[in-house]
Amino acid sequence: MSEDVYEIRLTVNGVPRSARAPARRLLSDFLRHDLGLTGTHVGCEHGVCGCCTVLLDGAPVRSCLMFAVSARAHEVTTVEGLGGPDGSLGPVQRAFQECHALQCGFCTPGFLVAVTALVRDARAAGRAGPTEEEVLEGISGNLCRCTGYQNIVKAVHRAADLMAEHGAEDGGEP
Amino acid sequence: MTTRMFGEPIQRREDPRLLAGRGRYLDDLGHGALAAAFVRSPHAHARVLDIDVTDALDVDGLVAIYTYEDLPERVADPLPLLIPHPALTHGRTGYPLANGIVRHVGEPVAMVVATDPYVAEDIVDLIQVNFEPLPAVVGIENAVRAERLVHDDVPGNVGAHLVQEVGDAPLAVDTAPHRLEFRLDIERSASTPLEGRGVYARPDASDGSIRVYSSTQTSTSVRFAIAAKLGLPATKVEVIAPDVGGGFGVKIVHPWPEEILVSWAARVLGREVKWAEDRREHFVSSAHERGQVQFVRVGFDDEGRVLGLDVRFLHDHGAYTPYGIIVPIITSTQLLGPYKVGAYRAEFTSLYTNTVIVTPYRGAGRPQGVFCMERTMDRIAEHLGRDRAEVRSANFIQPHEFPYDQGLVFQDGRPLIYDSGNYPEALEKVKEMIGWDEFPGRQEKAAAQGRRLGIGLACYVEGTGVGPYEGGHVQVDSAGRVHVSTGLTSQGQGHGTVFAQIVAEELGVPIDAVEVTTGDTRRFSYAVGTFASRAAVLSGNAIALACRRLREKALRIAGEALEADPGDLEIVDGIVRVVGNPRTAIPLRTVAVLANPLRYAFDEEAVRATQFARSSGDDGPPVPEDDEPGLEGRDYYSPVRSTFASGMHAAVVEVDPDTAEVRILRYAVVHDCGRMINPTIVEGQVHGGVAQGIAGALYERMAYDESGQLLNASFMDFLMPYATEIPRITTGHLETPSPLNPLGIKGAGEAGVIPVSAVIASAIEDAEGIRIARMPISPDELFWLRRRAETGEVERTGVVKSDRAP
Ligand code: FES
Ligand code: FES
Repeated sequence: MSEDVYEIRLTVNGVPRSARAPARRLLSDFLRHDLGLTGTHVGCEHGVCGCCTVLLDGAPVRSCLMFAVSARAHEVTTVEGLGGPDGSLGPVQRAFQECHALQCGFCTPGFLVAVTALVRDARAAGRAGPTEEEVLEGISGNLCRCTGYQNIVKAVHRAADLMAEHGAEDGGEP
Repeated sequence: MTTRMFGEPIQRREDPRLLAGRGRYLDDLGHGALAAAFVRSPHAHARVLDIDVTDALDVDGLVAIYTYEDLPERVADPLPLLIPHPALTHGRTGYPLANGIVRHVGEPVAMVVATDPYVAEDIVDLIQVNFEPLPAVVGIENAVRAERLVHDDVPGNVGAHLVQEVGDAPLAVDTAPHRLEFRLDIERSASTPLEGRGVYARPDASDGSIRVYSSTQTSTSVRFAIAAKLGLPATKVEVIAPDVGGGFGVKIVHPWPEEILVSWAARVLGREVKWAEDRREHFVSSAHERGQVQFVRVGFDDEGRVLGLDVRFLHDHGAYTPYGIIVPIITSTQLLGPYKVGAYRAEFTSLYTNTVIVTPYRGAGRPQGVFCMERTMDRIAEHLGRDRAEVRSANFIQPHEFPYDQGLVFQDGRPLIYDSGNYPEALEKVKEMIGWDEFPGRQEKAAAQGRRLGIGLACYVEGTGVGPYEGGHVQVDSAGRVHVSTGLTSQGQGHGTVFAQIVAEELGVPIDAVEVTTGDTRRFSYAVGTFASRAAVLSGNAIALACRRLREKALRIAGEALEADPGDLEIVDGIVRVVGNPRTAIPLRTVAVLANPLRYAFDEEAVRATQFARSSGDDGPPVPEDDEPGLEGRDYYSPVRSTFASGMHAAVVEVDPDTAEVRILRYAVVHDCGRMINPTIVEGQVHGGVAQGIAGALYERMAYDESGQLLNASFMDFLMPYATEIPRITTGHLETPSPLNPLGIKGAGEAGVIPVSAVIASAIEDAEGIRIARMPISPDELFWLRRRAETGEVERTGVVKSDRAP
């Protein structure tokens, strides 16, 4: 027995990509193993840990709960797409470094992606950044076993500050 | 002056890569490798009657299926018992694949290799294993009753029995003015790093070697284990720990069946093979910790000073004992905390059950010991109607009493002698931070509004930096870059930063010139591993010593080149110069060139070191006797015994009068790990540890049913806390240097987790007035505890009466 494979075309981090994969290939595995974008991590494969979070047309989704074929023709943003084109770190990434918001770094890509959307939405609503409650709520779909979250919360606020300092052109617009 | 680096809260140097998504974790490697998957036992205890692979054979992409019968000698042997101990009279280990019998759900029975992980898992589902289920032993009570056995040849299910004592504790208890007797329970939990285990093996047919990547806490020891199992000289095996997504203890265990089997299969097949554990596998086939039942007898005087402490406890070590009895040994020794007790006796029985193996999880037996001691302190205070802080204070070892010999043997086989500490100051500090003295007023006010507040406190001492040794190698290249390596591994502790800080400080080089490698046996092959908060102490000091050697050599060579006395030289910003005359100078990179006498000028810099360019001042050989070419230093640090970090935590909780939900309003930590290399990183370790402690106190447990099924083997059911459950933690530091090592440091990795269950139990008890003797505690359990307190089934606090151990 062998499986049918499908041509899957989508846009990842602004670049059109395509690869062939069977219908049951998870988006997380497709990104990691078929496209070689291993920054997106897999911590549970049942939708709880948030390590695999990516933006699908700008909204955070768990790529382990979605088939790659369903992402056809959509736009996906992964952690690899959060920095500047020159390889510099984006504001959320810089905030995480400044605030020591990562230790082993395994959960980090999922947080960075979720936080990017969180801060962007708060700013789009005309505010300087998310409130403390919004931050807790916004990251409450992501597990971290190392940091105890305190520095992550700090980093979210710092990311909002950095975005405010640098204006919208400096990231936060995927 | 070079900027000071040791002690500075600098940003981590490993972060840019990890933040950009360029980390290299195990499953990011080996694109195109064959995939391994395992058939695992669905039974807690069963005989394997037959394995039928017929249905699997025509699956496209199948490469191989292996069962126990296929394994050659050595690979087929039982896994090693890593830490033998004379008290472990009935140590048992499993086989890489089940040899006729399985003893816990999740034990590997067959291995599948296929072209793709999806296909490998399909094949696993098609393999039919015929089991004959046997009665399972689950839970400490059943294990000790021993109506059924986990191993036929282990009577009573007893793997080990150990007594340690100082003085005559039973007598001291019996003759003390006050006596108490009670039972305490702690349930199972587990490390649960977000990245599971994983192995990726790359055989090289041309020279018969193999390179293995493993998500491990000890690459050097995995290397020796694989070499032994595969019958290879260690020189043919290299093991690398790539980026590791958290360890917390579970990845110190080795060799895991998968490490051996994947390496073996890769060699047999002549192909790269990879296995990455999934979440369910991690729950049922890695390791757990914590489960104990403790029976305490304590005798004390009117001030609350402990005169005798007699503790018996039962420890559940699961189906096998590959890691020996380290966990209960640590419980029984670290139980004493910052206190001097008159006479002490600890007796434990370590028991087999048909559950996942129990090996160290961050804290490693200490949370249980501290729970026992701190609950005891609270009981004494309650009994005497004294302040809980005051009772602790009455029992403290005083600052002038160090080194303090507890008279026991610690987990490293060395005497339990505390090196330094300042417990009274730590207590004062934590009381102030949490508002201890003002709390009764606050509590009363809250009560008037119908709110239930409670405050709790707990103290601990943590033996850190255990031996036997670690090493460090430091090399300056001719571009002035400093390459540092040490054999132990990293799982997020920021070693790449703190070791670089040590090097920058010791050598006087810019930190950006320093590059650190850990956990790669190609770079450093002698090491023990990362556990017991030992990395900073052991490798940190070894690297500092290696730097000192390198520095001495650099000054000698520079002295010759500058015609100056090495004693008059200093290194600043990577340049060796004469003190007070900074223009007489030579860059370290040039010293590195001169340190390696050359025949061939392979680049511009190298010209200086060639034989006709060097002045031949004397008749000695170009490389003097007792010297080596190159600007390098290597050294080892092997401590006589452990360092002892300490700390105190306090918390204020609010308990909902209706739902019994517990909310932590404030959490304060005072932490003393000696001199800090990087306070930001230490604080991060504390935060993470406390979060795991809170998880273990209020949310996480391993829910086994009586047949040995783990009912909550997923993140849906095992409640790892999110940001919404973890409070803000305020941290205060003391820095009492250790006199035992050159840098004066102790370890910091595990501390945060250790006293949390004790603190939270104390605070809930204070809020509720109901005795808390079992952790973790869920709202549901607290709710029923209240009900039972109403009917008098459960004791309320403040009712003075000594209860009997069952
Ligand atoms: S891997 Fe997708 S949520 Fe955990
Ligand atoms: S940094 Fe390790 S899991 Fe979050």
